[in-house]
Amino acid sequence: MDRRDFLKSGGAMFVTFALPGCATTMSASEPPLPAAGAMWPAKVEPELLDSWLAIAADGSVTACVGKIEAGMGISTAFTQIVAEELDVPMERVTLVMGDTAQSVDQRGTGGSNGIMQGGSALRAAGAEGRAALLALAAERLKVPASELRVRDGVVYVAGDESRRVSYGELVGGRQFNVKVAEKPKAKDPREYRIVGKPVPRLDIPQKVAGRYRYIADFSVPEMLHARVVRPPLAGAKLLSVDEAQALPGLVKIVHRGDFLAVVCEREEQAVAAAKNVRAEWSKPAPMFWPGYDALYEHLRTAKPRTSRTEGERGDVDAAMKMAARVVEARYEYPFQSHASMGPGCAVADVRRGGAVVWSGGQKPYPLRGALAELLGLPVERVRVMWMPGPGSYGMNDADDAAADAAVISQAVGRPVRVQLMRHDGTGGDPKGPPIAFHMRAGVSSDNRIFAWDYEARGFSGRVRNNGTDHAGDTLAGQLVGGFKPKHSDWPQLSTESYAFPNARKVSHTIDWNRSMPTGLRTAHLRDPDGMATCFASESFVDEAAYACGVDPVEFRLRSLTEPREIAAVKAAAEKAGWQPHAKPRAPAGRIVRGQGIAYGPRNGSIVAIVAEVEADRETGRYRVTRFTVAHDVGFVVNPLNVHGTIEANLMQAMSRAMHEAVRFDESRVTSVDWITYPIVDMTEVPDAVDIVMLGNTPGNKSYGAGEPTTRPVAAAIANALHDALGVRVRRVPLTPEAVLAAIRT
Amino acid sequence: MAESFDLTVNGRRERVTAEPETPLLTVLRNDLHLHGPKFGCGLGQCGACTVHLDGTAIRSCATPVASARGARVTTLEGLAPREGTLHVVQQAFIDEQAAQCGYCLSGWIMTAAALLERNPHASDAEIRQGLSGLKCRCGTHMSILRAVKLAQSRMGRA
Repeated sequence: MDRRDFLKSGGAMFVTFALPGCATTMSASEPPLPAAGAMWPAKVEPELLDSWLAIAADGSVTACVGKIEAGMGISTAFTQIVAEELDVPMERVTLVMGDTAQSVDQRGTGGSNGIMQGGSALRAAGAEGRAALLALAAERLKVPASELRVRDGVVYVAGDESRRVSYGELVGGRQFNVKVAEKPKAKDPREYRIVGKPVPRLDIPQKVAGRYRYIADFSVPEMLHARVVRPPLAGAKLLSVDEAQALPGLVKIVHRGDFLAVVCEREEQAVAAAKNVRAEWSKPAPMFWPGYDALYEHLRTAKPRTSRTEGERGDVDAAMKMAARVVEARYEYPFQSHASMGPGCAVADVRRGGAVVWSGGQKPYPLRGALAELLGLPVERVRVMWMPGPGSYGMNDADDAAADAAVISQAVGRPVRVQLMRHDGTGGDPKGPPIAFHMRAGVSSDNRIFAWDYEARGFSGRVRNNGTDHAGDTLAGQLVGGFKPKHSDWPQLSTESYAFPNARKVSHTIDWNRSMPTGLRTAHLRDPDGMATCFASESFVDEAAYACGVDPVEFRLRSLTEPREIAAVKAAAEKAGWQPHAKPRAPAGRIVRGQGIAYGPRNGSIVAIVAEVEADRETGRYRVTRFTVAHDVGFVVNPLNVHGTIEANLMQAMSRAMHEAVRFDESRVTSVDWITYPIVDMTEVPDAVDIVMLGNTPGNKSYGAGEPTTRPVAAAIANALHDALGVRVRRVPLTPEAVLAAIRT
Repeated sequence: MAESFDLTVNGRRERVTAEPETPLLTVLRNDLHLHGPKFGCGLGQCGACTVHLDGTAIRSCATPVASARGARVTTLEGLAPREGTLHVVQQAFIDEQAAQCGYCLSGWIMTAAALLERNPHASDAEIRQGLSGLKCRCGTHMSILRAVKLAQSRMGRA
């Protein structure tokens, strides 16, 4: 049946209703390209094995999971896990990720939870599948399941390999019809042959040959090309559009509220039309600040919407009064952009009362509901299919592109591809939020810290929620108007486990909802708030250590309480060849070197980093020459993946620490490309990275590795600069200009 | 007005019809369906669109199709000496697992291949400098640098 016949057959569409998730991958009625107007179940039932696993007649395995590949190799790790539990070769396993019609809603990927949630679900499904297959084989071969063994997808009787039956023969093409137990009996990790091994990534050979298919490479028949035109000033209203304007290739100018887009036959025509379309916008009062000094002043003085105190011990205010000395410092962390390599891209087909949207964002499942709301469709009429995007590092502009494409396709009645431009991507993506910190430490007369006061004041990192749950969470929804976002406040607290006798951490979040239709709305950027809070806290720990006349590593080891954290700090210092110093060494001479340590726990993962820098006292220019990383994410499914992810996290975080602050004036974001938003360059790459893995033992729990390396990087570099130069830079980015200014004051 | 252009792309003669100022990238991707080169910035700042034009690495997003008339264009898909094989730089990227999302790879691989062709004995500093105009947002730089040096050493042995 070809696609057109399928569309005509009407009733056949409901066949998919009868099949749970992954089982539809084997269905003959499943068209190669899903058709807008069809219906899909509101949810793929998580308790059914057939939602996760399908085995074809030839024994090949399809596994469906509600997570996505963000470029760190998790699809290889997932394949390892499925192959391991089922005892099939990896090359027989195909993954389906992030298709709302075929894989269980696990919300998508975020918070470094891919292995923790997706991996454990696939392990359970694999184990349940293996048990079900063994039960079928026991019946077929007439022996108890305990006497059966499996090799490469073939079940045989122990001691008599002539009595055998393959997975394909047992269940191929049919459903399991069993439920996944709460805790199915998975393999003993000590027996692993595939999991835990350094398996090369399956996607890289395709990527280096230009054959890996990204969302930007995807097209459907009859597709048009669109570009969006965002308000030129923050808060500007669309007053009028010249709809009679003749533009080459123009199919339609789409405008709803303040949403404006052009749709053309060819892509280059859409690019030109977006530049040339005549539209009149209002000139609203400035919404932003003249620069960062004014922004941080605002954060320090504005009335908080929410305040939260955590980790309170003793009486901080009383202890500060009794202190022989009080050390205090202010730290600042800027807006940062996801600045993905490719600006957001999506294809949407909104016709016949339904929608299929192909998206490169991390969370296709909440996006489905948001698009249904935006389009006024029942959720059963909407299908979101994830395809690989450029690295997204959280809530980048991918979901905005999906919403744009959906609105535009609905308006023109044809499939539409939206490719955002660089200025949309850097200038308009949701930003990592700025935070202003005030840190105080009370030092006793015998040089101990007995009071610790952490205060963060910032826009919530979640003005835009950690997923696109509602139409109002998208720029299109905001500009069309009438949709509310699901904003949430989240405290911006550091996570270290120091046991100072009197301590508290306070986080104030400042209202910033009116930023929603602008390029300064805030959202999750890799390790949300983590590098900022750790920068303030771990920089100040060094300042406190020096105030007590204690070496920074020694100070941490004395004050920390968690054994895994102590082990990480020790391991990093030892591997780095830490040179103890009770005050910054700041050697004489123009070119000087220093070491700095910082550590940060994150949801069970622990990372300690020693940075070594070489700095030029005359210019403020410096380079990180070496990172040493102690990394405890528990049992590692694929050490090659984790190694690559650690290194990449280091370079991205070094880039954010050294270079990155979104520029703005009072009315607009002025970081719109790679010149106005510079990032790390090959000439800056360190000479060496040494990684010590801790806790990597079969049987240990696996924690997420996608983000935690990011957390301590800015503090480690700032601490190394302090050691080298004797001066402290307390505002990110740690630019040569900032270093020089610190040297000269 | 749209015009016809004859190009040789990955060894094949192609004729495309487009406005002369259309970026070569757009023509490669949309008319010839070669998706190795990527749209990253459209400004020649990131390198994700890099292809070889008569053997020189250029930014195809900032190169009008008219200026490629009659030229030999090579994309990531056509870099290998023969169908079904890999260029030594591509193989080194696999061996060093030098990718995260991989969106930027045309930039690194095509630039490195041209660099090593031009300067087979490039020093560490020359390689870093030669690759300094490229962006990788994931931060894959360390494994990329190792891969380029691995390719260099293998080319030396060949």
